[in-house]
Amino acid sequence: MSTNGKPKYKVIGTRPIRHDGVDKVTGRAKYGADIRLSGLLHGIVLRSPHAHARIVRIDTSRAEALAGVRAVVTAADIPPQGDRMVELGEGAVNMRHLSANVLAHDKVLYKGHAVAAVAADNVHIAEEACKLIDVEYEVLEPVLDVLKAMLPDAPVLNDDVRTDVMGGSPAASDRPTNVARQIIFTKGDVQAGFAAADVVLEREFRTGTVHQGYIEPHNATAMWNANGKVTVWMSTQGIFTARQQTAELMRIPVADVKVVPMEIGGGFGGKISVYLPPVAAALSKKTGRPVKVIMDRSAVFEATGPTPASYIKIKLGVTRDGMITAGDAYLAYEAGAFPGSPIGPGCMCVFSCYDFPNARVEGYDVCVNKPRSNAYRAPGSTNAAFAIETVVDEVCQQLGIDPADFRLKNGAKEGVRRVDGPVYSRIGMLETVEAIKASEHYQSKLAGPNQGRGIASGYWFNIGLKSAVTATVGYDGSVTLIEGSTDIGGSRTSIAMQLAETLGITAEQVTPSVVDTDSVGYTDVTGGSRVTFATGIAAIEAARDIQRQLVIRAAELWEVDPSTVTYVDGGVSGPDGKRMTFEELAHKLPETGGPVIGNGTSGKATQAGAFGTHCVDVEVDPETGKVQVLRYTVAQDVGTAIHPSYVEGQLQGGAVQGIGWALNEEYWYDDKGSMRNATYLDYRIPTCYDVPMIDTILVEVPDPQHPYGVRGVGEVPICPPPAAIANAIAAAAGVRMKQLPMSPPRIMSAIWERDAAK
Amino acid sequence: MRDFDYAVPSTLTDALALMAGASVARPLAGGTDLIDHVRTGRLAPDLLVDIKKLPELNRLEASPSGLRLGASVPCWKVIASTEISRDYTALVDSCRIIGGIQIQNRASVGGNLCNSGPAADSIPSLIALGAQCVIASKDGTREVPVEAFCTGPGKNVLQPGELLVELKFPARAVRSGSHYRRFIPRNEMDIAVVGVGASVTLDESGQRITDARIALGAVGPTPLLATDAAQALIGQAFDEVAIAKSVAAAKAIATPISDMRGTAEYRVHLVGVLLARVLKAAVARARGETFTYQPGH
Repeated sequence: MSTNGKPKYKVIGTRPIRHDGVDKVTGRAKYGADIRLSGLLHGIVLRSPHAHARIVRIDTSRAEALAGVRAVVTAADIPPQGDRMVELGEGAVNMRHLSANVLAHDKVLYKGHAVAAVAADNVHIAEEACKLIDVEYEVLEPVLDVLKAMLPDAPVLNDDVRTDVMGGSPAASDRPTNVARQIIFTKGDVQAGFAAADVVLEREFRTGTVHQGYIEPHNATAMWNANGKVTVWMSTQGIFTARQQTAELMRIPVADVKVVPMEIGGGFGGKISVYLPPVAAALSKKTGRPVKVIMDRSAVFEATGPTPASYIKIKLGVTRDGMITAGDAYLAYEAGAFPGSPIGPGCMCVFSCYDFPNARVEGYDVCVNKPRSNAYRAPGSTNAAFAIETVVDEVCQQLGIDPADFRLKNGAKEGVRRVDGPVYSRIGMLETVEAIKASEHYQSKLAGPNQGRGIASGYWFNIGLKSAVTATVGYDGSVTLIEGSTDIGGSRTSIAMQLAETLGITAEQVTPSVVDTDSVGYTDVTGGSRVTFATGIAAIEAARDIQRQLVIRAAELWEVDPSTVTYVDGGVSGPDGKRMTFEELAHKLPETGGPVIGNGTSGKATQAGAFGTHCVDVEVDPETGKVQVLRYTVAQDVGTAIHPSYVEGQLQGGAVQGIGWALNEEYWYDDKGSMRNATYLDYRIPTCYDVPMIDTILVEVPDPQHPYGVRGVGEVPICPPPAAIANAIAAAAGVRMKQLPMSPPRIMSAIWERDAAK
Repeated sequence: MRDFDYAVPSTLTDALALMAGASVARPLAGGTDLIDHVRTGRLAPDLLVDIKKLPELNRLEASPSGLRLGASVPCWKVIASTEISRDYTALVDSCRIIGGIQIQNRASVGGNLCNSGPAADSIPSLIALGAQCVIASKDGTREVPVEAFCTGPGKNVLQPGELLVELKFPARAVRSGSHYRRFIPRNEMDIAVVGVGASVTLDESGQRITDARIALGAVGPTPLLATDAAQALIGQAFDEVAIAKSVAAAKAIATPISDMRGTAEYRVHLVGVLLARVLKAAVARARGETFTYQPGH
């Protein structure tokens, strides 16, 4: 559905076959594990069996003596970092922490923390050699819970962490702490706001540690050449940030590192931070041979960056007629081993779907003995949405207000100031609620007993950042498009389509390639829902550059002044009805000076953010507490859908990941801090039997900051599902779930409590 | 992964000789558990004896005197057998939910039994259907009822050099029916939080139970034959009172652990829920009523 009289495009809005489709369907696409090089060695990482321990001694001599072992490295082989903060695309990173995460320095801070690595002739020898590395640990008490880690007597993970208080409070203690950061946002008069409310609800929530669950494990192959230049082949969301991290960690010039992107088997935010490239590089430096390292599934769970568990308390004040008067939120997110949870976005998103006249948000970034958390699809927002959207639903239930109407009354719109400061430009929150309210799904009756329906909304910022592309016109009328954006969700085609639209040619005439860091201009990560927006703008700019050059070529051919020639409708038009199509002119390029190469960059544009509202029907088995998701509809403001299939795919994929987070996904730790379910058998992502068809409603409210109105779509669809499902469960079973995941045993316990209270 | 030797004997005698020879020999049928155990280091065999092609281990013979099922017969053949589907339905219920289709194409019922997991999906069905294990070694053959086969998680009565050759099932009585179902948080591809198998025989009226066998999975170190739960039904009219008595007896022998798949309290509760559902399905089948079961629901 479209909410605006959008201009008719020729390419945008169609569904061409993806350029990389055949290679992926036939299995010919090359992933990191497919790398084969002459003299290739295989690396295995030795990981900590303890969640918290001091490393007393590492003796690698027995491992080094094993036949077939070529090198062993520890943190001593990675240059020291000192206290350095480095800007790495999506924010500043403490290099000492990043380095200690890649190979533990003096302490291990989570089970699975990398301690040493071996390069050997094959993986079996490397595995055996790892067992021969003698590590003496002084085991320390772990702290695994966010609130416990905040207590003054909690075991402290990092000696160098002090609470970073927003605004730089002079009262900040000089004592080491797990509380790395405090955030406070205020707007209006919160006390007065609650005083004006007729209903005030305060609820506490918990969410579990959740992994992105990409199918392809992390991998890296590094070759440290004799001239000091390093090449890394890897699966990454951002070749340039991977290059910079590797260079900074090894303390070599950025220009000495080349990162070659392999195809990526899912990232969702988890393949931005580097884990293996410095290890593989250090092993390669020692051996003079290329070294390939691939994580196994347990390492992926235990030692990469999940999204944090959290504690959230929400207080909401509403008048009898359903107007929000005030909100108060307290959020504590687990950073994992080192500071850096998405507490910032969590605090910014928690009230972002509504117009809060008065609000206060307080947030904490807290270290615990779990892997260093990392981005996962709208990082921090899903936790917050689960809490606020559940409280909103309970208020609606108490006041007898339709939850869609409540959102229409209070929903964020252009001109509303968020609690953290920014004022919204043109956004589509209300349109997504209207779309759900008008949907056949929302209007339909539930089919049976023990069924319930819930809705919830969600917000994500979407970012702009920097992209570059180069496009070369072939003499046959084709265009090769060179880009640096990892293609996760069909972006090769979505970007090619924007170039094609601008040039007035077909998507099939464009051949896109994702190339290495030596071969294209700086491009930020595929993340923040930015690629179709920002790399798209770069492609449009490159197309306009081509247009300008083609106008000059045509003017030369026609012997007219270039100012009398325009590029329009897939070709050039000149005086007296002169006309050549793009293809005709391409054929004449050899005789008018040769190749035409267009360049485009994007660096200044920012996005307005995206909203989604989801509606879900569930059935709760009253005897087992098991939830079946019966029907699911996503309405999202997608700006302009370039390739609608990929937009729908993002909405569906995000919803499915949200369903998994809602119902079953969670890191299950024993009291020693050992994850007991580090396989896909017991870390339960949904299978195709667990989700119904996810219906999508594409609401198109174009973002004026993009020539075609593109809005990032990838992240926001994961935000609403846990709350929408919790609200549906409440309707079906009369229990309000306040902890994720809402697994069958937890729902059964809630049902027993409900019955006991009767 | 550790190196090991691999042998493909063409006769049972050769296979038994190989099993008796090496210091640690493991038979390989589908390999869906074994290879993973070797890969993760849980098992470290010196020799894998491939028994997939031995004729004695590939029997699938349904006759008036009962069913003989070779230990290497893969799940898909069980699922495809009209005789097993009709008469030993619980076993088909089990085979349909062991892994996905690719696993079912390789994995054998015998292997599932020999892996001896407390939550193994085929074992409660085997117990409920009264199956006997035929075990051979180079010194001879012995028979053990399935309920006495497992001795602990991953452990069983097989001695070094012994091989499970086949499973023998008694003939099915008229007006009998069986069913297996498990509870899992997802709808497919999971390990049973609790599994329950039951077989019932009805009298001519179709109202009274004349015989019953009930087995429980994932509520103790081995799958359990729930004798008292079955006794509570035999001779009784099949009604809510009889079900409640059977459920109480079944819950009484459940000694589950609390783990990531569920608390002990929740698992005991599930024993009751599943047993009631399984009995109703088995009775429906015994009455010849159409009963379709959507796994996970």
